[in-house]
Amino acid sequence: MPIDVDVAHVAGLARLALSPRQLDRYRQELSAILEHASRVQKVDTAGVTPLSHPLMLSNVFRPDEVRPSLDREEVLEMAPESRDGFFLTSPALE
Amino acid sequence: MPSPLLSVVAAGAALRAGETTSVELLASVLSRAEMTESELHCYLNLDREGAMEAARRADEQMARGEERGPLHGIPVAVKDNMCTRGLETTCSSQILAGYHPPYDATAVTRLRQAGAVIVGKTNLDEFAMGSSTENSAYGPTRNPWDTERVPGGSSGGSAAAVATGSAMAALGSDTGGSIRQPAALCGVVGMKPTYGLVSRYGLVAFASSLDQIGPLTRTVADGALVLQAVAGHDPADATSYAGPVPDFSAGLQRGVDGLRVGVVKELDGDGYQAEVSSATDDMLGRLASSGAEVEEVSLPLFDVALSAYYLIAPAECSANLARFDGMRYGLSIKKATAAATMAATRVEGFGPEVIRRILLGTYALSAGYFDAFYGQAQKVRSLLQEEFRNAYQQVDVLVSPTSPTTAFRLGERTQDPLSMYRSDICTIPSNLSGHPAISVPIGLDSKGLPIGFQVMAPALGERVMLTVAAEVERIAGFCALPPPALAPPTEVPL
Repeated sequence: MPIDVDVAHVAGLARLALSPRQLDRYRQELSAILEHASRVQKVDTAGVTPLSHPLMLSNVFRPDEVRPSLDREEVLEMAPESRDGFFLTSPALE
Repeated sequence: MPSPLLSVVAAGAALRAGETTSVELLASVLSRAEMTESELHCYLNLDREGAMEAARRADEQMARGEERGPLHGIPVAVKDNMCTRGLETTCSSQILAGYHPPYDATAVTRLRQAGAVIVGKTNLDEFAMGSSTENSAYGPTRNPWDTERVPGGSSGGSAAAVATGSAMAALGSDTGGSIRQPAALCGVVGMKPTYGLVSRYGLVAFASSLDQIGPLTRTVADGALVLQAVAGHDPADATSYAGPVPDFSAGLQRGVDGLRVGVVKELDGDGYQAEVSSATDDMLGRLASSGAEVEEVSLPLFDVALSAYYLIAPAECSANLARFDGMRYGLSIKKATAAATMAATRVEGFGPEVIRRILLGTYALSAGYFDAFYGQAQKVRSLLQEEFRNAYQQVDVLVSPTSPTTAFRLGERTQDPLSMYRSDICTIPSNLSGHPAISVPIGLDSKGLPIGFQVMAPALGERVMLTVAAEVERIAGFCALPPPALAPPTEVPL
């Protein structure tokens, strides 16, 4: 069964400013891919725990020691804009 | 000048015997690159100066008697989704154009510590999402065996570089087959180690629970040496395996006598090129003649592995790629608000396949759909791992073709995402289970294109996997064949 995706909503969640033409194209493609992917729903998974790490590692800690971090100047060299040691961005609110 | 097609083992022996130098080995692969790059485009960035400096240093160290091991002085290429300090790292994406990482990936650090010479950064499908290297924002890589065909992907640049001799070995990354499938299509050896064996620190994340770094090499023995150099615990990667690392080269001569080899029933039939199936069958017969007990094994969940993968991988990709926001590094299209800047930057900076997967993953994780898609896929993954475990109670390794077909033409699958996704049908299960797997070239089809044979093993079963792979390589006798001379340039419809 084809799956109808509200691509405009999903693109908003993913912070992608897609054009109407792009939205239309991805709606069709996603529908076909999800139809194939939904085959997983035919598998009986009652009582199955989802797999997170293949080797079942958990609670991994490293020693809590002070270590040098990346050089701030070097990191900020890659920033589109920076000022006084901070990243500079457009306002978060209009 | 030494041949650029020497194995790492042979080049290392020549170096230690004083018959050649690291500078000569590098000059040899660089001159090969001069001849082939305009046609093949294996590299996004050839670091001629940095590599020459490293090669000189390697020679000086060796002259002082400072031996760093089997990779000392060997020219190695690195897929461009691994951070290299001060050397541009783009993941083949416009969004990272001009990005110079302030640190090295752990695998890169370990290569440098082992004395390897990093030749440059190889082309890939953008953010490693693809099976043909056609999704690179900087143009595709072509297959050295037939330049009208794809090298596979996403580590297509690494595979083609090793096949043509513009590197003696390379690192790739494998999330759903991205080392093994291009290795198969280019006629080289490609290995995905057990998840956690090689640190992912500095590997630009695509799907964190699936991504694994591994070697592409001309021979199985070379693969063992490169893996040895990069494997091992790293506190900077919380998913890194902390146990001991075995000697991967120890069992290469053992042979397969008495080993149980399971042939995966589900990885044959419809959609498999007849010559791939017959080459696989032929190899099975010859493994049996070498003393292996060959039997058919059924793993029914392999039939839904592709579906589970195309929920899990995009879901993790959508979360991982949220970091590309146009604020801290890379492309930035400035708008009136931070949110508008992000949305404009991301749609400009990401290519169509990356956007497709971000949308797919965002949908699979979104409210109301999580349980039915992502949650269900992770449960299927648990069941698949159990199926693998049961199979490995019966057999020591599982085998199959690496790819259902040999190299396909450029443009052949780009219009139909699902047909491209099916290229990875044989390789995806080992990523979902986290188990190791390797592709070894076993012959050519009637078009002269390489056929790959896959050996899969249980978690941390690299030794037995390499033992079988080395026997497959010996039987096939393929590793000594260099690709034919490049054909003159031709027009290829894209």
